[in-house]
Amino acid sequence: MPATPSPPPEPAAEPGAPVLEVRDLAKVYPLTQGVLVKRQVGAVRAVDGVSFDLRRGETLGVVGESGCGKSTLARLLVTLEQPTAGEIRYRGEDITRLSGRALKAVRRNIQMVFQDPYTSLNPRMTVGDIIGEPFEIHPEVAPKGDRRRKVRELLDVVGLNPEYINRYPHQFSGGQRQRIGIARGLALNPEIIICDEPVSALDVSVQAQVVNLLARLQEEFALSYLFIAHDLSVVRHISDRVAVMYLGRFAETGTGPQIYDHPTHPYTQALLSAVPVPDPDSHRGRERIILAGDVPSPAAPPSGCRFRTRCWKARERCATEVPRLAVPSSFQGADSPAAHPSACHFAEERLPAPSG
Amino acid sequence: MSRADRDAEQDAGQDAEQRAGQDAEGPPAVPRLLEVRDLRVEFRTRDGVTEAVSGVSYGVDAGRTLAVLGESGSGKSVTAQAVMGILDSPPARVTGGRILFRGRDLLRMGEDERRRVRGARMAMIFQDALSALNPVLSVGAQLAEMYEVHQGLSRRAARARAVELMDRVRIPAARERAGDYPHQFSGGMRQRIMIAMALALEPDLIIADEPTTALDVTVQAQVMDLLAELRREYAMGLILITHDLGVVADVADTIAVMYAGRIVETAPVRDLYRRPAHPYTRGLLDSVPRLDGGGRELYAIKGLPPGPADLPPGCPFAPRCPRAQDVCRAERPPLYEVACGDASVRRASACHFWKDELDARDPIAAP
Ligand SMILES: Nc1ncnc2c1ncn2[C@@H]1O[C@H](COP(=O)(O)OP(=O)(O)OP(=O)(O)O)[C@@H](O)[C@H]1O
Ligand SMILES: Nc1ncnc2c1ncn2[C@@H]1O[C@H](COP(=O)(O)OP(=O)(O)OP(=O)(O)O)[C@@H](O)[C@H]1O
Ligand code: SF4
Ligand SMILES: [Mg+2]
Ligand SMILES: [Mg+2]
Repeated sequence: MPATPSPPPEPAAEPGAPVLEVRDLAKVYPLTQGVLVKRQVGAVRAVDGVSFDLRRGETLGVVGESGCGKSTLARLLVTLEQPTAGEIRYRGEDITRLSGRALKAVRRNIQMVFQDPYTSLNPRMTVGDIIGEPFEIHPEVAPKGDRRRKVRELLDVVGLNPEYINRYPHQFSGGQRQRIGIARGLALNPEIIICDEPVSALDVSVQAQVVNLLARLQEEFALSYLFIAHDLSVVRHISDRVAVMYLGRFAETGTGPQIYDHPTHPYTQALLSAVPVPDPDSHRGRERIILAGDVPSPAAPPSGCRFRTRCWKARERCATEVPRLAVPSSFQGADSPAAHPSACHFAEERLPAPSG
Repeated sequence: MSRADRDAEQDAGQDAEQRAGQDAEGPPAVPRLLEVRDLRVEFRTRDGVTEAVSGVSYGVDAGRTLAVLGESGSGKSVTAQAVMGILDSPPARVTGGRILFRGRDLLRMGEDERRRVRGARMAMIFQDALSALNPVLSVGAQLAEMYEVHQGLSRRAARARAVELMDRVRIPAARERAGDYPHQFSGGMRQRIMIAMALALEPDLIIADEPTTALDVTVQAQVMDLLAELRREYAMGLILITHDLGVVADVADTIAVMYAGRIVETAPVRDLYRRPAHPYTRGLLDSVPRLDGGGRELYAIKGLPPGPADLPPGCPFAPRCPRAQDVCRAERPPLYEVACGDASVRRASACHFWKDELDARDPIAAP
């Protein structure tokens, strides 16, 4: 197929203008039983009503409990999965309804770096083929003769020796494999990169390099990131805004100082208190909030506030009324960093001594 | 002389004697729970032979935790796999060294005995529990199987033990959930099931290779607490491979830092965080992002780690080291004993200029 000349670049979105507008996004997985005849016995509400804007050149960090729906959200945003409900508007257009060429064009601009370096790379492909694969689908980005050079460049960018181009994934360590995934995500010069735990498997020095690299690329190309991670310090460093997720929903959103220094949602407070501090002496004085029980199953989420089964502040109202993600009324109009959206009926800054 | 140096030069008999004199707290003349000495592992692939582990020595005592830190690809997992005897060979091959378990070399044991020791006395916890568990067998059945195979329990008794064990690692409603399959559990619960499997036969040594990397901090805290508690309860030795310096600060007694297939520094946890004696360790510590924010640019060690095939002749860290001098590029530094003023503290560093690093007040500016 002759390489079609790339379409004239669309007028770039204004800096700070939303490139992605997500509204009431939901993904429900049917829960089935039976080996031969599958019977639906329930539904997992993996993502359940998530709304946010992602602006040009901005990084939105997403943190939250294992299984709260972060990866599902990521897969929805890159159109790897169809949402059950809600809209994802990219430059004003709802991409959940697109197909064919239009979808392909959008996909080029929204790329993903995957969580699991062990299973996300095809073991039978060389590193060169893995990183160059996106060029097969989008030959306009790199003509055939130029691909090897491009791939070497990408290897270099992510801190891997370009000579490794003919090696296979199993010949690399976990961290090295993660960098291969990042190189692949960068291949098509996308506008938005959805990073699902891109640095979790890396040692802190390589992690710092990758975080700095992502920041540099962002400045250079005005990239927007959705950055999912478990390491709250890394998220704070890279993010302009942070969303704390619990059981399919955003519990609290705000800037770094708002979330980290003035959290008002009890889950955020518990999460922050559990962060291990890299100082052998400091933990002795630290007060950790230990959450009772396990995360409830997303197949049977609690009524009202989803966090109430583990919350030390829960009262009757929490079981009957779903708290909205909004600036709590007690803080409205207040000129305080605590005045940011928090989905808790009893949002407050002060950490009460948790019971048990 | 540093422990590692000593190990490389002396044989087992002398070593035990010497330790009796050195180890003030430990029981005299008892061999360590695990002692790896000068271990070498290479991979033979179509690209040629590369040495992934080049003379690693470390050890852990009963009831203690050794944390292994270091560069991605520096050989942490390969070393652990060699200890567990689960290296993929070919292409991997242990080409030298010893792996002493209670003083007996696993590499020189008969096949049967080695399997018995590794099956019952040592256990490993992997990073991704999902791929380490059998997807088509209920977790209760997987746990029970261990008791049936290793302890010859009846199916029924084994099942009962399995439920007990799930209870131990705090799986709520263990009896009801024993029939569930791995994919029906959350990441944190699966990790706990892995811990349960590792604990089933009450091993003396557990090697945990990034056991909490995929978990959020609250679940991570639960898992680490559980490991610490069980370690105390059973006086197990724990080798913890991790990238998380926060977790290390919380749970480790001693630390071994690896770089390019070698140990570059060993020290008790406090001493290492306070005053690193190797520029790579310092670089690692300086790279840790802080929860209280700071600038967006993180400190990062310049440059790339060397591949096993293109190791520089001198210190493997020299091309990236802000302290490097000519001697560093010419002579490979041995593991020097680090004298830090406190005779009871045993440390070692593979840096020609460990003393300068130890005495450096502030991070040295990168060139
Ligand atoms: N294909 C699927 N079918 C059924 N349930 C699914 C599917 N994919 C995800 N889930 C469920 O949806 C929920 C959210 O999963 P998801 O992988 O998005 O969590 P996560 O926040 O990324 O967790 P982690 O931090 O552990 O990666 C989980 O309960 C999971 O079991
Ligand atoms: N099957 C293999 N064939 C060839 N080389 C291999 C193989 N497995 C591992 N290696 C090499 O051995 C070295 C050590 O790998 P190892 O997995 O021990 O690193 P690690 O320290 O655990 O890193 P990470 O922190 O990223 O997990 C790496 O350079 C890797 O490329
Ligand atoms: S030996 Fe030289 S190059 Fe190596 S770490 Fe020490 S100062 Fe740096
Ligand atoms: Mg995930
Ligand atoms: Mg590893």
